[in-house]
Amino acid sequence: MAIVSKGFTGKRRGNESRTPPGQYLTDDFPVLSAGPTPQVHTERWQFSIVTEMGDKRQWNWNEMLALPAEKPTVDIHCVTKWSKLDTTWRGVSLDTLLSDVDTTATHVMAHGFDGYTTNLPLDELRQGKAWLAYEFDGKPLHPEHGGPARLLVPNLYFWKSAKWVEKLTLLVRDEPGFWERNGYHDYGDPWQEQRYQGD
Amino acid sequence: MARTEVSGRLKWRVATLTDKRAETSTATTLTFEVDEWPGHKPGQHVDLRLTAEDGYSAQRSYSMATPADGNKVVLTIQTVNDGEVSPYLTEMLEVGDRIELRGPIGGWFVWDASNPAPVLLLAGGSGIVPLMAMVRARVRGERRTPFRLIYSIRSSEELMYGSELRMLPGGIDVSYRYTRRAPDGYRGRVGRLTPRDLVEDGWPADFAPACFVCGPTGFVEAAADMLVADGHLPPRIKTERFGPTGTA
Repeated sequence: MAIVSKGFTGKRRGNESRTPPGQYLTDDFPVLSAGPTPQVHTERWQFSIVTEMGDKRQWNWNEMLALPAEKPTVDIHCVTKWSKLDTTWRGVSLDTLLSDVDTTATHVMAHGFDGYTTNLPLDELRQGKAWLAYEFDGKPLHPEHGGPARLLVPNLYFWKSAKWVEKLTLLVRDEPGFWERNGYHDYGDPWQEQRYQGD
Repeated sequence: MARTEVSGRLKWRVATLTDKRAETSTATTLTFEVDEWPGHKPGQHVDLRLTAEDGYSAQRSYSMATPADGNKVVLTIQTVNDGEVSPYLTEMLEVGDRIELRGPIGGWFVWDASNPAPVLLLAGGSGIVPLMAMVRARVRGERRTPFRLIYSIRSSEELMYGSELRMLPGGIDVSYRYTRRAPDGYRGRVGRLTPRDLVEDGWPADFAPACFVCGPTGFVEAAADMLVADGHLPPRIKTERFGPTGTA
């Protein structure tokens, strides 16, 4: 039973149909990272997908840019309670990147150039739900926000959208990544408020 | 579909305000007694939830300012002008009032007292709060891990925990950077943190200190970049940022 705080009415800056429970809207783009911002140069950049059998697909920066791009406009939700509506990105759909990958995996571990990891259900990367994003708001993605390229998985809390992503490892069972080992949820659906382990 | 609760972890608990005092003109320290608080590590935070009469609720995260001490949870909250939750907590909430709280949250930005490495704390403004929990844990602990704290504030009006920082035992060195206005008698330079400050008041990278950086995004980005440039390895640098970016 919730405790009612006398005199508290709230600012209600949310948009109730588009803001998950517990979230408030912001126009800023806050930065949250566990360590320093790595400087990842596009000349050295590469992105790979490794299957549960050890098969590897790899793209360098120019190969990735040559893939069909999409321009998703999506709402994003951070576990620290801010949400941002109608953010505009450009990137490659994970459907494109996974199209030639033969796998029976159920989960994915995303790895960042900084050593960060996060686990996701593979289904949340398919059917138009996720991108490898390299532009935000018409500009190259800033390093603070994960540039040159990050995962964009707007259906899940934003810590799942790994910054500076380098590799996806396909898994036949779920394993916790960095924040998940530190108490955050394995799935992370904002509409179910799956913030922490046990939610 | 909600999972069943795992061993009661992170359930919402009832927190009763037992003490409230001004820390600066815009920051307030709130002490709560929390039902069956499981304890926490220095650097962790909690979520608070306020609920309006019609059921609308809002949650925010706040760092704890002190190490574990029974059922006590101590928060220092900066009042955000036009904020939704912080003005209620600092201006409306009265001793004896109850709210909902859960935690502890965050297993990364924490100081492990069993780690013998020297500690470097870089605080920007109210980023001092979780770092103060580490300082206080060091003061209360048995080990004499060497600590250095560099505390960057606009002016002395923003200084939190000032008298306590002046009285720290040996082995915990504190230096201040004033970015806008220095107090009378201060001989140092006024301005933002520079690489030279880290050389003079931090630790050499060769000593492999555990570094904790907390503050507004711009401060943390700049300070963490300086540490990396000075040779500190990124895995030894833990950061916690708040507020908007300067570059979005």
